[in-house]
Amino acid sequence: MSIPLIGYRREGPEDQPPLDYAGYGSTALRHPKRPLVPLPHGLTEITGPMFGHEKVGELDHDLTRQHAGEPIGERIIVHGRVLDSDGRAVPDTLVEIWQANSAGRYAHERDQHPAPLDPNFTGAGRCVTDSEGRYEYVTIKPGAYPWRNHPNAWRSQHIHLSLFGRAFSQRIVTQMYFPGDPLFYQDPIYLAVPESARHRMVSMFDLDRTEPEWALAYRFDIVLRGREQTPTEDPHD
Amino acid sequence: MTEPLGVTPSQTVGPFYAIGLPWEDGPYVVPAGTPGSFEVHGTVYDGAGEAVPDALIETWQADPDGRFAHPDDPRGAVKWDAFRGFARVPTTPEGTYAFRTVRPGRLPSASGELQAPYIAVSVFARGLLNRVVTRIYFGDEAEANAADPVLRSLAGDAERATLVAAPSDRGYRFDVHVQGDHETVFFSI
Repeated sequence: MSIPLIGYRREGPEDQPPLDYAGYGSTALRHPKRPLVPLPHGLTEITGPMFGHEKVGELDHDLTRQHAGEPIGERIIVHGRVLDSDGRAVPDTLVEIWQANSAGRYAHERDQHPAPLDPNFTGAGRCVTDSEGRYEYVTIKPGAYPWRNHPNAWRSQHIHLSLFGRAFSQRIVTQMYFPGDPLFYQDPIYLAVPESARHRMVSMFDLDRTEPEWALAYRFDIVLRGREQTPTEDPHD
Repeated sequence: MTEPLGVTPSQTVGPFYAIGLPWEDGPYVVPAGTPGSFEVHGTVYDGAGEAVPDALIETWQADPDGRFAHPDDPRGAVKWDAFRGFARVPTTPEGTYAFRTVRPGRLPSASGELQAPYIAVSVFARGLLNRVVTRIYFGDEAEANAADPVLRSLAGDAERATLVAAPSDRGYRFDVHVQGDHETVFFSI
């Protein structure tokens, strides 16, 4: 049986950080040295797990209500849309997040930063996009924290995000940053992305979505690869 | 036609992804006790030959009939209800991982012949600014592997060998070498 398939758009070096980036020391022994082998998109690459509501609990989208008390910090709403590069909404897709607390400490046994843990903050959330690709979290703004990449190195404030989209080819793990962070200039994880694409990782302050007397808001739209315009011609798959 | 939107760039999962990503049922492509199921297990190594204790392995594969429960698989309904097709497993402090699955069916190629069975793999880790993608083929499928178009397209036997899991007492063993003399073949997709 022959099956004509429409693959996903390829990404270029202008879109993504290189795997080998001298400024980020941990890449040195953790990047392949041989060139990646181009793989035509077949059924495996154009399908993927389509997880939705079965993975999400009632309070998973609100990181400020997962414990007996409220976490310390600046309460924020983080929201946006998940789209493909043709501007089409990606509905019913799982968005997972994790982050440091407001003092810049992760609730993880291997985080040795001498900042306080917060008994009311774990820092993990899940939600599913609606029919128009919208998602929304309530959380607290994560603090900056030091790391050992270079002398006096600090990570920009960020929230980690993980998305499946609807295909193995669309899978992405990224980080959302906050506008105007003074730490960007020395953060190699942020700087590894080509300059013209860095703004795509930075959220926008969103006055319209703030809740008066309660929370500030940031908008972060996430763009996954769109489809090719024509079926793949490659004989492999 | 309008210009496509710029895609969101990838970033590393970092050292603390275990706060948010691991799932209790992550290692189960099929439920425990599924007849014919086995483990795929191995170790992730860096370029110095050290085990990587903070990598995350994800997999995606066809069901035993070679089908996907997905609207873009044009061949219609599947019959394996409990088959998830996906695994997500963090590596242990010793750099090892394991997941439980069944052998995927063979997929048709565009020209109609059958490919060798395989499992698609994503590797995430601190120090990886983007995931790397590879495939697990099965060491006891010598004839199918020899005819497989992707395996045949690789440069030589040493490269092919990095993608082939060896039968073991638990199922199949598949080590990942992110870098080094035994570097795994990784694909751009």
